[in-house]
Amino acid sequence: MATGKKIDTPLLDQLEKGPWPSFVKELKGMAVRKPMIQDLLGQLEMSYREKRGHWKHGGLVGVMGYGGGVIGRYSDSADKFPACAHFHTVRVNQPSGWFYTSKALRELCDIWDAHGSGMTNMHGSTGDCVFLGTTSEELEPIFKELTDKGWDLGGSGSDVRTPSCCNGPARCEYACYDTMDMCYNITMAYQDELHRPAFAYKWKFKFSGCPNDCVASIARSDLSVIGTWRDDIRIDQNAVKAYADSGMDIRADVIRKCPTACMGFDGKAIKIDNKQCNHCMHCINVMPKALRPGKDTGATILIGAKAPIIEGALLASVLVPFMKLDKEDDYQEFKDLIAKIWEFWDEHGVSRERIGECIQRVGLGNFIEEIGVEPIPEMVMHPRTNPYIFYEEYFEEGDAEGAEEA
Amino acid sequence: MADKMSVEAIADAMFNIVKEYAGKKRYKSTDLTKEILATYGDKVDKADCKAAIRTLMDSGRCVYGYAGGSFIALPGIEGAAK
Repeated sequence: MATGKKIDTPLLDQLEKGPWPSFVKELKGMAVRKPMIQDLLGQLEMSYREKRGHWKHGGLVGVMGYGGGVIGRYSDSADKFPACAHFHTVRVNQPSGWFYTSKALRELCDIWDAHGSGMTNMHGSTGDCVFLGTTSEELEPIFKELTDKGWDLGGSGSDVRTPSCCNGPARCEYACYDTMDMCYNITMAYQDELHRPAFAYKWKFKFSGCPNDCVASIARSDLSVIGTWRDDIRIDQNAVKAYADSGMDIRADVIRKCPTACMGFDGKAIKIDNKQCNHCMHCINVMPKALRPGKDTGATILIGAKAPIIEGALLASVLVPFMKLDKEDDYQEFKDLIAKIWEFWDEHGVSRERIGECIQRVGLGNFIEEIGVEPIPEMVMHPRTNPYIFYEEYFEEGDAEGAEEA
Repeated sequence: MADKMSVEAIADAMFNIVKEYAGKKRYKSTDLTKEILATYGDKVDKADCKAAIRTLMDSGRCVYGYAGGSFIALPGIEGAAK
C-alpha cells in the first residue's frame, strides 16, 4: 500500500532548522517504520508547494452504534500517497484533569501503534486524547481494544463533546468545587448524548474550579461552570505582614491593581469591601498564603461561548450567578437546568447553530424566560456591566417601548 | 389517549423516511424526531424516538454521517471516501 520510497521534502526540511522542537523531525523518525507517515510527509510537502490542503473531511466513517469519536479524513491524492489514503482521527475520552499513569499511557500508545499511525495529539482543544491517522478497517479493532481496557471514545459532530475540567482540588487550593468529580459525573450521565449526536450542533461543557478559569471555559464552552464563593475572602493578616516584611509592595502590586478598588492596606493589615469584589482572583493569585477564596463555595453557570466557525466568537454570559454544586444530590439542580436548556434548543435551534447563537437570535431575556429561570441583576455579559434583563415593571403604560430613560 | 407505537415501529417509520430521502435530504436526529412527532402525534413521545434512533444505529440499519453537522444515513460509501 505504501509508496515505499523516501520523498524529498525541501520545504518541510526548513522546519527542522532552529533551536525549537520540530514536528517534521519527529515525523521523519516515525516514517522509518510507518509507511503512512512517509506518505503523510509527501502529501504535506505537496500542500506546502501548492499552497492548498489535500484532505477531504467528514463522511460516514465511525464505529458501530456511535455517531461521535471518529473524524473521517481522506486524501484527495490517494494515487500518489496510498498509505495515507485514509487518515481518520480517533478521539479518546481523557481522564478528568488529564491524570494518567505511565501504564495507562503505554496502553494507549501500544493500541495506537498497532492500529494507527502512532501519531498522537495530547490533547486536542476539546480535551480528548487524540489519535491521528488510521484506516476505516482498523476502527472497530481500535474501539474494541480501547473499551476492553476501560477507555471510551469522546465526542464529535453534533453531540455533547467530551467534557473537560481543570484538575481542581487534586492540585489546586483555589478550587471551589470538585471539578474532576463533576466532570466525570456529567460525562457518565450524558453518555447517550455524547455518543449519539442528537443536537442542532456541538455542545461543550467545561468545568473550572475557580475564577482563574484555567480551562478557559468562559471562552470555549457552551456551558461553562466556574467555581466561586459568596462569602468573604479569607485573610491571614500574619501572612500579609510576612509578605510586606519580605519586601512585597502590597499597595502597588495588589491594592492598586484591584479592578474594583475594593481593597485597602494601612501598612499592617488588608481590608476588603467584599460586596464590591468581583472575584477577579488577582489579589489571591499574588498573595496565596495570605488570601483565599471564601468558604461558602459553589459555581457560576455561564452560557453561550464559542470560537468563530459559522459566526464570530462569543464569550459566555452569566446564566446562574451562584449554584451550590451538591455531590450528594448527584448535581441534580445542574442537570435539571441542562434538561430545560436542551428542551429549548431542541425546539428553537436550527442546523449548525450553537446555543450561544440561538440565544443571540431569540434574545437572552426571552431565553431565560423560556427555560423558567428568574431574572436577577447579577445576570451580566461582563463584570461591572448592566444586566441584560429588561425589567418591564419599571415601565408604565404609555412609555415608548424600549425607550431610554433620561 | 391513542395507542402508543412501539419503539421498533417508530424505528421502522424513521428508517423508511431516511430510505425515501436518501441522496436528497440529510436528516438530523432532531429532524427525524420532529417529523415522527408531527406524523403520529400522541402515539409517540421524544423518549421513544430517542430509543428508536438508538435501535436503528445498534442494528446497523442506519449510520451517523458528518457533513458540517451530524446526520442519519443509510450505510454505504459516501462522497469523501470515493
